[in-house]
Amino acid sequence: MLRKIRITLATVMMFLITWLLLDFTGMTHRWLGWVAKIQFLPAVLALNLVVVAALVLLTLVFGRIYCSVICPLGIFQDLVSSLNRKKNRFRGSPELRWLRYGVLVLFVAALLAGIGSVVALLAPYSAYGRMVNNLLQPFYIWANNGLAAIAEHYDSYAFYSREVWLKSLPTFIVAVTTFVVLVVLAWRGGRTYCNTICPVGTVLGFLARFSWFKVYIDTEKCRNCSLCSKNCKASCIDFKNHRVDHSRCVTCGNCLEKCEFGALHYGHPKKQASTQPVDEPKPDAARRAFLVGGAIVAADAALAQAGKKVDGGLAAIEEKKVPHRTTPITPPGSLSARHMAQHCTGCQLCVAQCPNDVLRPSSDLKTLMQPIMSYERGYCRPECHRCSQVCPTGAISPIGHAVKASTQIGHAVWVKENCVVITDGVSCGNCARHCPSGAIMMVPVDPDDDTSPMVPAVDRSRCIGCGACEFLCPARPFSAIYVEGHEQHQTI
Amino acid sequence: MNMEEKKILSRRAFIKALGLGGAAVAAPAIVGCATGEKHESAEEPPVGKMTYRVNPNTGDRVSLLGYGMMRLPTVDSQASAREDGDAEIDQEMVNRQVDYAIEHGVNYFDTSPAYCKGRSEHCTGIALSRHKREEYFIATKLSNFNPETWSRAASIHMFENSLKELQVTYIDYLLLHAIGGGADGMEEFNNRYINNGILQYLIDQHSKGIIRNLGFSYHGDIAVFDHALAMHDRGEVHWDFVQIELNYLDWKHAKEINDRNTDAEYLYAELVKRDIPAVIMEPLLGGRLAKLPDPLAQRLLKRDPEHSVASWAFRYAGTYPKVLTVLSGMTFMEHLKDNLLTYSPLVPLTDDEMLFLEGVASDLVSYNTVPCNDCKYCMPCPYGIDIPAIFVHYNKCLSENNAPHDRMDPEYASRRRAFLVGYDRAVEKMRQADHCIGCGQCERHCPQRIKIPSELHKISDFVEQLRREKPGHAAAHGHHAALKH
Repeated sequence: MLRKIRITLATVMMFLITWLLLDFTGMTHRWLGWVAKIQFLPAVLALNLVVVAALVLLTLVFGRIYCSVICPLGIFQDLVSSLNRKKNRFRGSPELRWLRYGVLVLFVAALLAGIGSVVALLAPYSAYGRMVNNLLQPFYIWANNGLAAIAEHYDSYAFYSREVWLKSLPTFIVAVTTFVVLVVLAWRGGRTYCNTICPVGTVLGFLARFSWFKVYIDTEKCRNCSLCSKNCKASCIDFKNHRVDHSRCVTCGNCLEKCEFGALHYGHPKKQASTQPVDEPKPDAARRAFLVGGAIVAADAALAQAGKKVDGGLAAIEEKKVPHRTTPITPPGSLSARHMAQHCTGCQLCVAQCPNDVLRPSSDLKTLMQPIMSYERGYCRPECHRCSQVCPTGAISPIGHAVKASTQIGHAVWVKENCVVITDGVSCGNCARHCPSGAIMMVPVDPDDDTSPMVPAVDRSRCIGCGACEFLCPARPFSAIYVEGHEQHQTI
Repeated sequence: MNMEEKKILSRRAFIKALGLGGAAVAAPAIVGCATGEKHESAEEPPVGKMTYRVNPNTGDRVSLLGYGMMRLPTVDSQASAREDGDAEIDQEMVNRQVDYAIEHGVNYFDTSPAYCKGRSEHCTGIALSRHKREEYFIATKLSNFNPETWSRAASIHMFENSLKELQVTYIDYLLLHAIGGGADGMEEFNNRYINNGILQYLIDQHSKGIIRNLGFSYHGDIAVFDHALAMHDRGEVHWDFVQIELNYLDWKHAKEINDRNTDAEYLYAELVKRDIPAVIMEPLLGGRLAKLPDPLAQRLLKRDPEHSVASWAFRYAGTYPKVLTVLSGMTFMEHLKDNLLTYSPLVPLTDDEMLFLEGVASDLVSYNTVPCNDCKYCMPCPYGIDIPAIFVHYNKCLSENNAPHDRMDPEYASRRRAFLVGYDRAVEKMRQADHCIGCGQCERHCPQRIKIPSELHKISDFVEQLRREKPGHAAAHGHHAALKH
């Protein structure tokens, strides 16, 4: 029964959170944003005390049920593990306490030191977000684009197509590596990652030792058949000594169903009974395969996104290149580079949601996988503040349009050598025309000659660093006006 | 069959509006008709009923419908050769349509060395050479698009090449192509035709009978038009005919479309004064008069449910008695059939109907569409903007009455979405109006003299305004900036 409830809840949660991470339309976060915000580490970083308290309480009452039904990475590993049909493949093993706590210490240290890359690498929810964003979202978008093509054929505007592009190679590699490592670990040993590396698992495991409800073995009924041990994906049952390591038990309920003698119970242990082992089980047909189905459904569908562009009389457009920015730009709401580094776990939710293709994971070693901005494909449009709405960790705190419009995240810099007014001898002014804060003025290139060509001059006190000028600048591959980030955001 | 053709006709109207000349393949109907079966059908044009006009100079009996060979069909039929410059022209279809046209009385074929990337004359020559020379009149031009062809030698080569490509020994109607264009129309006219003595050369060919009628086509600077007619008045040249743009919008509203344009009313009157026959181009204004905004189309259809919206424009042009022929670039068989029906024979518009169309025209002007007819002369934009695609999308939304301009409209949200999604579909992001830097290099190429950069900036502002609204939060206080310019 416990197992069935767990699987049902896990399925629902997995579906919702995956959908949230796949979505690019901005429709889901209003309804589903909470599934990211109840994740433990994001809640801690966001100082979301209500959620943290609730999760602590949950764990103190029910054990590490969080790891089974809320953490998407945990559910993902269960899914992989259940695909391995080899029966009775687990065995109880001792806790690798030094490793668990060692990683936890390292993690906390990195967190305090603001080394975002280490945090991002270890945080479970973020690891999952990264995998979905890098490995699954492309297929989701391709499928969407297939639908968009069909919709276009029928003059429907229900779907619109999006471009799929590699936002950051290092992050992609990390995502692939994480995926492979986790699949191997889960396939072979179930919850190995959760019980040796995952810092959240370690913290919750510590609490779970004292949980009110827990799995325990009734020594009177136990026949020491070892089935429970052999089916415990957390390898936490020592059937010989009738002991369950509650710090590693994720309350999945598998052992309860396996036991043929009714020796395993979930509940508050009776005074004396406490921890002792038991018995034999029956094989269990893992039905969770359908979960895989759900996750992979989006995968097939459209590969037919051929670029059918009749470029008869169109001039070729050179792709823009990322300029060298002395200071990276972080999104409005992130307050400062430091705040971002200390709070972001690199889950990629904001990157997945950014409708203007501005956000992408950083490739810098210290802030690896945390979002930075660049304007080759679009700019930070005034009507959008979606990243700040979805961020579960408070790395990008929620801001309204008005606040965004007055938040200076950087400032524009004019590069004379690139400007088409100089290079092509044409009149332009596209940067000034599109500047949403009116920070760009067109002035004669020769201050003494009012008839000389007009070039942009930036009023830094009004520039918010949105990148409209950079994106819309006709100079290619490097724009003649680009944005330098500010370490500390300011209000203008 | 009947049903099918009707479907095709409405599709055709749609296609024309897009300026695509046809995105759809109408193969079944065309095949059916070409087999020569006779149908009891209102859609089948009669043989031997074509209206003719007489050219006072040569006595030519010219069919009122002239075949423009500018938008020839291509093999894949996805677009005419105009739209897809590299597509192979479907010679078999050209032949079939030319045969059909001749069979139904069309005898005026208008081409140019510039059309279809220079392939139109060749294909026209192939199709027409299968008929007796006295069965058709051929019109071609001394084109001027590429300054490299402006020298005397190159011009003479161009003319002689036309004879060769068209497989003829004489040209019935030869035109100076699109005088009045360019940044300085007058200067360009002089450089192209006068200073190199090429006009004199053509006059000589005319007296030798190699050119039977000499004329010009005109777009743009009115000074050049007046100048050319003054030359006629002074006896320096005799224009046997002049090709002008005339339709019920351009008659009185050319200035409202663009203040640098000249009303057809003036142009036509000047020709009548001198008894010069007028050849009419753009009777549909690049297809815009075939696909009117819905309420206007309904008005026309209500008045005459049995005829196409386009037929009104053809009847209008044909009603003027000094019009020699009305050109139509007919890519598909159904274009041809519809026009043949209109002119076999022409039923001239009554005064009342003329007034009615004038009412339609003044309403049409108020739709504020950009007068682009997708000729693509402005392209390529050096900064990559897809100018005609932007205008086509914008016009389409406006004329379908689908533009999101009234936030109180219950359908505002869906119209906004359709406009923005449709815009992204029609025009690549990097080629949209917001990337126009206003360098103005396109402007002098536009035969409609549209102020392209400022129109693009208006559209860009309109799009920006739409994008900034939060969908579903349509506030009641709107500034409809771009739409009410």
